[in-house]
Amino acid sequence: MKFSAISLVRHAINDHKSWTRQWRSPAPKSAYDTIIVGGGGHGLATAYYLAKEHGLTNVAVIEKGWIGGGNTGRNTTIIRSNYLFDESAALYDHALDLWHGLSQELNYNVMYSPRGVMMLAHSVHDVQVFKRHVYSNRLNGVDNAWLSRAEAKEFCPPLNVSPDARYPVMGAALQRRGGTARHDAVAWGYARAASALGVDIIENCQVVGIDRGPDGAVVGVQTTRGSIQTKKIAVVAAGSTSTVLELAGVRAPLESYPLQALVSEPVKPVFPCVVMSNTVHAYISQSDKGELVIGAGTDQYISYSQTGAAYPLAHAVEAICELFPIFTRMRMLRSWGGIVDVTPDRSPIIGLTPVHGLFVNCGWGTGGFKATPGSGHVFAATVAKGAPHPIAAPFSLDRFRTGRMVDEAAAAAVAH
Amino acid sequence: MKLPLPPWPIEDVMLLIDCPHCGPRAEVEFRYGGQAHIVRPEQPADLDDEAWAEHLYMRDNRRGLQAERWYHIHGCGRFFNALRHTVTDVFEATYTVGATPLKCEEARK
Repeated sequence: MKFSAISLVRHAINDHKSWTRQWRSPAPKSAYDTIIVGGGGHGLATAYYLAKEHGLTNVAVIEKGWIGGGNTGRNTTIIRSNYLFDESAALYDHALDLWHGLSQELNYNVMYSPRGVMMLAHSVHDVQVFKRHVYSNRLNGVDNAWLSRAEAKEFCPPLNVSPDARYPVMGAALQRRGGTARHDAVAWGYARAASALGVDIIENCQVVGIDRGPDGAVVGVQTTRGSIQTKKIAVVAAGSTSTVLELAGVRAPLESYPLQALVSEPVKPVFPCVVMSNTVHAYISQSDKGELVIGAGTDQYISYSQTGAAYPLAHAVEAICELFPIFTRMRMLRSWGGIVDVTPDRSPIIGLTPVHGLFVNCGWGTGGFKATPGSGHVFAATVAKGAPHPIAAPFSLDRFRTGRMVDEAAAAAVAH
Repeated sequence: MKLPLPPWPIEDVMLLIDCPHCGPRAEVEFRYGGQAHIVRPEQPADLDDEAWAEHLYMRDNRRGLQAERWYHIHGCGRFFNALRHTVTDVFEATYTVGATPLKCEEARK
């Protein structure tokens, strides 16, 4: 079923009682060509591009909970590609290019809104680092511009640029193509499109074992809904990646931390863009529903609790009140946490593992949502061909042995 | 020296961590120090790249009880070890650096 103005009218005449489920809910088959472990945005995007670009439709996405119930539904929906190094710029900008046509491609409104992402500089060091980012980005064809304090104020009127602030704003880097998208819709859109191409999406099914043949290659998975044979397993399990890889005896350079966010009560449009500040540490945007969406830094310890301590949230709110005094009397509605898998160099891991037939896409840490389409696209190519996609190649698991890191700790922008 | 606890019920709002040197204190006084009992190689020159990667970067990232280091930065300023459950965040035990690493079963008692 295709969404269109005509279908909307037809269903409206029918009092909206004729809408059907957006993706199938099949029982697992006994064998698939490829099994994707993890039904978040990245896993579903991988399934979609496997089916669409590589013609592999005998694919299952296995999800322990419900699709988009993990980090895909818990992030602050920020999209940008202003990373420092060539490898990262290529990866994140590839994703940004795909975001532009995604709603049309999926025939599902992901509400991508390129409203601009502004990163604030509060010290001489910030100014120098951000200008370096701007120049580096421009060399890589990634749009990023330096704004003076007055220009930053003009772009985001609620911003407090008073020189009396504890950490006064000295300027900002602005990526105009950056913005936000509706995170749930991204998961749903990819699930719907992948399901229509023949991919089985199996929810409430946890992988509890990975079967290996005599030569060590994977031959199947054990799940809470029975065993399934397969030659290829693609693990896209975010915070739970270490746990899944351990089933095949593969060690990962990952640590899983809680990352929290909170939203205010919905108000009328008041905030025109996305603002991030590394120094006082907070990031904020306004959802289309009207809520202010505010992100905190990670909690300090490894945890799988999907919650966190109160003080990282308090810290984020204090920073927001300092930057935007207009929001000091805003009431917060709810907060939550997701479990993010952080690598030593803050760059993702996309590619092969030492186990034949086992692929991994993980380590997106605090900033995976923005990369969802690009991540799925290059990982699908990697899984289909059994060799890394050129954009994914620098992000191999092997880089921790060779020492060729992609150190994006600064561009990751979230304290951890 | 055991320091007095603050007057408000801190266990209601954050983790209470039992520093082996100072007694139970609020989480904000501490810094997390990562997985415990990672031993620096005695003969670094003998290690190949694989072994260095394991030592420097690979981590258990365990779902369940794990031994980890904590640093009482706003207290005695000393590192110590802890057994903590990474799903419930409950501290099962803390022990000093150099003490025999506790087994998970012992901590449960």
